[in-house]
Amino acid sequence: MLDKFAGGDDSQKPESVNPISTSSEWTFELIQEYDRAIGALADEFGLDTYPNQIEVISSEQMMDAYSSVGMPVGYNHWSFGKQFISVENNYQRGLMGLAYEIVINSNPCIAYLMEENTMTMQALVIAHASYGHNSFFKGNYLFRSWTDASSIIDYLIFAKNYISRCEERHGLNEVEAVLDSCHALMNYGVDRYKRPYPISAIEEERQQQEREEYRQRQLNDLWRTIPKLGDGAEASNEKRFPEEPQENILYFIEKNAPLLEGWQRELVRIVRKLAQYFYPQRQTQVMNEGWATFWHYTLLTELYRRGRVTEGFMMEFLQSHTNVIYQPSFDSPYYNGINPYTLGFSIFSDLRRICEDPTDEDRRWFPDIAGSNWRETLHFAMRDFKDESFILQFLSPKVMRDMKLFCISDNDQENEIVVSAIHDESGYRQLRENLAGQYNLGNREPNIQVYSVDTRGDRSLTLNHTQHRRRPLSKDTPEVLRHLHRLWGFDIHLNSLNGDEITASYHCPEQGRDRQEGEEESMLIPKPI
Amino acid sequence: MSYIIDRRLNGKKKSTVNRQRFLRRYKAHIKKAVGDAMNSRSIMDMDKGERISIPTRDISEPLFSHGNGGHTERVLPGNKEFTAGDRIPRQPPKGGDGNGGGASDSGEGVDDFVFQISQEEFLDFMFEGLQLPNMIKRRLAGNESFQVVRAGISNEGTPGRLNVIRSLRAAHARRIALTSNKRRHIRNLEESLELEEQKESALRDQRKIEALKSEIAELRKRVGRVPFLDDFDLKYNLLIRQPKPRSRAVMFCLMDVSGSMNQATKDMAKRFFLLLYLFLQRSYEYTEVVFIRHHTSAKEVDEEEFFYSRETGGTIVSSALKLMRRIMRDRYPDSEWNIYGAQASDGDNWNDDSSTCHRILIDDIMPHVQYYSYVEITPRDHQALWEEYESVRALFPNHFAMEQIVDVQDIYPVFRQLFSQKVTARC
Repeated sequence: MLDKFAGGDDSQKPESVNPISTSSEWTFELIQEYDRAIGALADEFGLDTYPNQIEVISSEQMMDAYSSVGMPVGYNHWSFGKQFISVENNYQRGLMGLAYEIVINSNPCIAYLMEENTMTMQALVIAHASYGHNSFFKGNYLFRSWTDASSIIDYLIFAKNYISRCEERHGLNEVEAVLDSCHALMNYGVDRYKRPYPISAIEEERQQQEREEYRQRQLNDLWRTIPKLGDGAEASNEKRFPEEPQENILYFIEKNAPLLEGWQRELVRIVRKLAQYFYPQRQTQVMNEGWATFWHYTLLTELYRRGRVTEGFMMEFLQSHTNVIYQPSFDSPYYNGINPYTLGFSIFSDLRRICEDPTDEDRRWFPDIAGSNWRETLHFAMRDFKDESFILQFLSPKVMRDMKLFCISDNDQENEIVVSAIHDESGYRQLRENLAGQYNLGNREPNIQVYSVDTRGDRSLTLNHTQHRRRPLSKDTPEVLRHLHRLWGFDIHLNSLNGDEITASYHCPEQGRDRQEGEEESMLIPKPI
Repeated sequence: MSYIIDRRLNGKKKSTVNRQRFLRRYKAHIKKAVGDAMNSRSIMDMDKGERISIPTRDISEPLFSHGNGGHTERVLPGNKEFTAGDRIPRQPPKGGDGNGGGASDSGEGVDDFVFQISQEEFLDFMFEGLQLPNMIKRRLAGNESFQVVRAGISNEGTPGRLNVIRSLRAAHARRIALTSNKRRHIRNLEESLELEEQKESALRDQRKIEALKSEIAELRKRVGRVPFLDDFDLKYNLLIRQPKPRSRAVMFCLMDVSGSMNQATKDMAKRFFLLLYLFLQRSYEYTEVVFIRHHTSAKEVDEEEFFYSRETGGTIVSSALKLMRRIMRDRYPDSEWNIYGAQASDGDNWNDDSSTCHRILIDDIMPHVQYYSYVEITPRDHQALWEEYESVRALFPNHFAMEQIVDVQDIYPVFRQLFSQKVTARC
């Protein structure tokens, strides 16, 4: 990827030399100057960003930010403590370096710089986070429709205050129990088809009270036990509840769980809202990192071309850059999945190449794009896709060849693993489809939906798991069901379906055993509220 | 437009609460680790922090995810020799290596979750649930420590303690009081002025109007002259210094260093004393320790000598008790001090001496001390001393405790037993 620069192409040589700084020490004035230079360049390239808020922090503060998933305000929970302890341990023992930056999807866009970084690294981070990620947050359709950058901080403040009030009123243990259970189901708390409304913290508080009353009224209706008049005929063709299977399990619980109290429902809602806020990030990792990496590379090489940074700066920058996009091969001990930075950066860089300097192959594969305006094409790719569709649409044969991708098919009904496609003419399409599928959240996470509730009987909740290529559920499943049981308050059944055939069933409390016994297995198993 | 903010001076301990939540949740695990550590540590680093290790299984947060099996297609980078259609024999699954792909667990083996707790936290866990027998005397000990408390409002003070609200309220009251007469007068004049002006122009008395107007203006001016804020409006917060009662404790450590005590036994005794010392330090703001060692005669020594110097000889326990009695009388009147005694020995004593010990304890020591504990470090049968002490325990069941220690493993449990909260001890 870097051969163009390293090859000493004359167009990359600086026109005139007038560097912003020559030392590796940073100062606030220099940061400001780099920010201004990079910002002006980003403008030239047409990057549309939120205003930036760049905060310089120490490494301890970085560890704090790490363990609260980068959120500047977070509610208190032991799992963040666990995260913090392990980050602190690893850092102190030198097992890992801290990330150079953390950036928050908010308006203004907050980026953290670590004080230990050199001037080069600070400039890299500014280009990467404050202009790369920032423009992605502002431009990508998922972020635009799923998150509201201007209200997230307010909402976090509301959540933190609400949860600490609950802790005062109902006790730490009670609150922790509900949050634990919600966290276990966090990935099943997203409305995929509705766009949420942005509201401020004060508004949120007012609405929260209204909601509480409303919910109670609704619930009472659902669980009405008084028989209706003239029941006889209706009872036989009674409708299933819910009428359609529900994929948003947390939402279903918030609205329908029979025994939860108002404040507990609100906690469910808070976790659900945060899950929704993070949902686009989980779906755009490759694109987001690729976009930011592409732009820090493009912006800083452009700065060099204009003579605003020194060669020493470039050497240091290129070293970090190559570290970031290093992809160990599958048999290396360092292999830990496909590096999203590498994949994203390669696709975006190759897109630019296809636009500027297309080959015959490119014209065949990308007739619409080859030779078009690269800025517009890249912006289009950034705006209207998520990882899955982005890869399916833009992964080019050249990138597959460069990364030497191959696909293996692992079927537990056969004795051997088959290499089903490699980076050659006959394999490109299948390779691309499979890689895209790998980033489809629907394939990555088991598809589990609320199927029915026995409203007239024992109030038990039944979930269906629709298997993806016969893949079973993991060992954690009974554990998660216990959490679900705690929230729902009555029996839980989970059927794992391959087509129409039930291949496995999970129950909580486990069937055929004495309930008390089952619940006392371990001190950490949640008890029903 | 970018804002650049220096946040380095903000607090860095944002995660402390979450860390404490974590410790709280895994108390049972940590306590066990602390208990184990107590037995395996050398004496000198009793009060250091500790590495705690918790099985990953116990702290994992469960999620719905795919298990192994079914049919998976995975794309991997870095192909070297494969071509389409190659068959690779399945390798036996090891760790979580085989399920990269879509599954969320990255196969992190089964290592324990290991982390460090600080000295403070270590001691918290070590002494958690322990209590000194609840007979804490507090008294006003001279004029050493004061507490600054609020004591209402005063008229004098330094500008730094100015109470703005009270001052403005006083100023407001003063202004009302000083001007109410005049303002009432103004109101009356204004009414008559209005009456006059409402008359038809022919009937109006221009001169009267002028006079009224000038009188109103004059009064207004005088009202305006009352100052907004005057010196005597100023109110100050009053702070006074209150002497603070302090609790003081003295601990007597009595150790047998006679020939019958071998090095291992002494080590155990030292461990016990050290635990006790750490515990007292945490319970009292001010603790003094008196070290007494004895063989046939007792001697007050400093810490270094108490723990490390060697001596041999016969055993007369009462010599130590006598010395303790003398020191108590001379230096630690029981009206001012919480007195604790701890004695360790192997139970050997000069035969006639045990009854003397009994007498000294009952007559001169027990009435003055908060708590007296005796540990006998011996694997053998008890001797006369133990029996005499048992009768002391019968007389002072709440103030006297005795236990036997056989080997190092017993020290911490015995210690916990001696000082476990009395509520549980009674039932």
